[in-house]
Amino acid sequence: MDGNFLTLEDGLQRKVVAILAAQALREPSGLTLEMTLESLGIDSLGMAEIIFAIEEDFDVQVPFNANDPDAAGLDLGTVGSVCAAVSRLVREQRG
Amino acid sequence: MGRRVAITGAGTVNALALDVQGSLAALTAGRVAIGPMDFEEIDRLSVKIGGQIKDWVPEDRFTRQEVTLYDRAVQFAVEAGRQAIAEAGLELSEAEALRAGVVLGTGGGGYNTIDESYRAVHAQGKNRVHPFTIPKLMHNAAAAHLAMRHGLKGPSFTVSTACASSNHAMGLAFQMVRSGATDVMLAGGAESTLCFGGLKAWEGLRVMSPDGCRPFCASRNGMVQGEGAAVFVFEDWDRAVARGVPILAEVAGFAMTSDAGDIVLPDPDGATRAMQGALADADLTPEAIGYINAHGTGTAANDRSEAEAIRRVFDAPPPVSATKSMHGHLLGAAGAVELLSVISALRDGVIPPTAGWREEDPAVLGLDVVPNEARRAQVDAALTNAFAFGGMNACLALKRAG
Repeated sequence: MDGNFLTLEDGLQRKVVAILAAQALREPSGLTLEMTLESLGIDSLGMAEIIFAIEEDFDVQVPFNANDPDAAGLDLGTVGSVCAAVSRLVREQRG
Repeated sequence: MGRRVAITGAGTVNALALDVQGSLAALTAGRVAIGPMDFEEIDRLSVKIGGQIKDWVPEDRFTRQEVTLYDRAVQFAVEAGRQAIAEAGLELSEAEALRAGVVLGTGGGGYNTIDESYRAVHAQGKNRVHPFTIPKLMHNAAAAHLAMRHGLKGPSFTVSTACASSNHAMGLAFQMVRSGATDVMLAGGAESTLCFGGLKAWEGLRVMSPDGCRPFCASRNGMVQGEGAAVFVFEDWDRAVARGVPILAEVAGFAMTSDAGDIVLPDPDGATRAMQGALADADLTPEAIGYINAHGTGTAANDRSEAEAIRRVFDAPPPVSATKSMHGHLLGAAGAVELLSVISALRDGVIPPTAGWREEDPAVLGLDVVPNEARRAQVDAALTNAFAFGGMNACLALKRAG
């Protein structure tokens, strides 16, 4: 893992955490990777806004269907898992 | 017949003012709130005037979440509903909330949301729109948010009959309270179509005035659009009396008819039967009516047809005024905002005028249109008309409280 990659991941995580914190009406510093989105009070509309923000900010398609949340193999349960999912989508879709 | 129905609260935002008191003051002063509009791409429109609400800052009134979820029309409805409930001093127990609901009218629903979304995907080449686009633009959003905010768990729905929407909505609310189906209803309408797409579509019909709304005047040259909302609390009369709250007016009758003729041109027959029906439903004679708030759009077709209909119903017509001359035509919210003028006549004894009037028109058949200056009069009963594209007519009869 070289330095550039670490910086990239770091920036990605900061941006994702900022999106989640904005939805949870909290400061980003108040979020930890272990927290679940449910515990942050994020409901289905909040989830739709988060996915919208991720697609806009990272220029990716998030293949999420609220009727079948696990279908795309995306784990959006915790702050950390959302960061990992976005990282994977960015790698896959933007090479 | 059924129960009597009281109006115990009123709320509004429109181009005249952002509350009832300010609106009544403006209406009785004959103040015209129609003027140059301001929104994206207005330079591409041929008609640039309207009754646009200025100084509306959503962020000052709603949370960030609410701003992303509420179309402009919903914002207007939520504020008007808040005012109405506050005036009525409405507090409902859990059981009472099950027998309270909302019925609102809107012609266009979330028109600004539709316009912004289409601009994003068509003009700006974006590939996605905001995820709340559907819950923002749907016609029943305003009624839903009022039910949610005030915990009204009975019947809630939206009526969309173009320019008669809110009269139909208020008429249905009246029927539900009168019949005992519910005890309390929020009723009215909300509209916000003053955006590029909304007005571009109207341009095609060639019915818009470039310089002002002058109903019943020989110089008339079309309608002028407005925006806003008005919401009222309709309540079982005995319940209102038991609570000891002031009653603004009594809703006494309602009728709806169809021309079943032309999709845009009005037929005096449908309007005549609507007024006669409302009188019969209220058990009133034409002689009892002291004021008619006209549909009065300022189009040649409406002026002619409505004047003819009033002549058919009344041997000696009462004063008739068209207040769209001041706040503009609020389409699906028109009847609701115009009910404020009816309340002014019944409760305060002041008939708001037809503003902008310049010269007599033979097509108006000699009606007294209360030109330019409000008039003091004791009005015991009144009618308010709404005649929509589609030939759908809705007339309400109201009585002075007492």
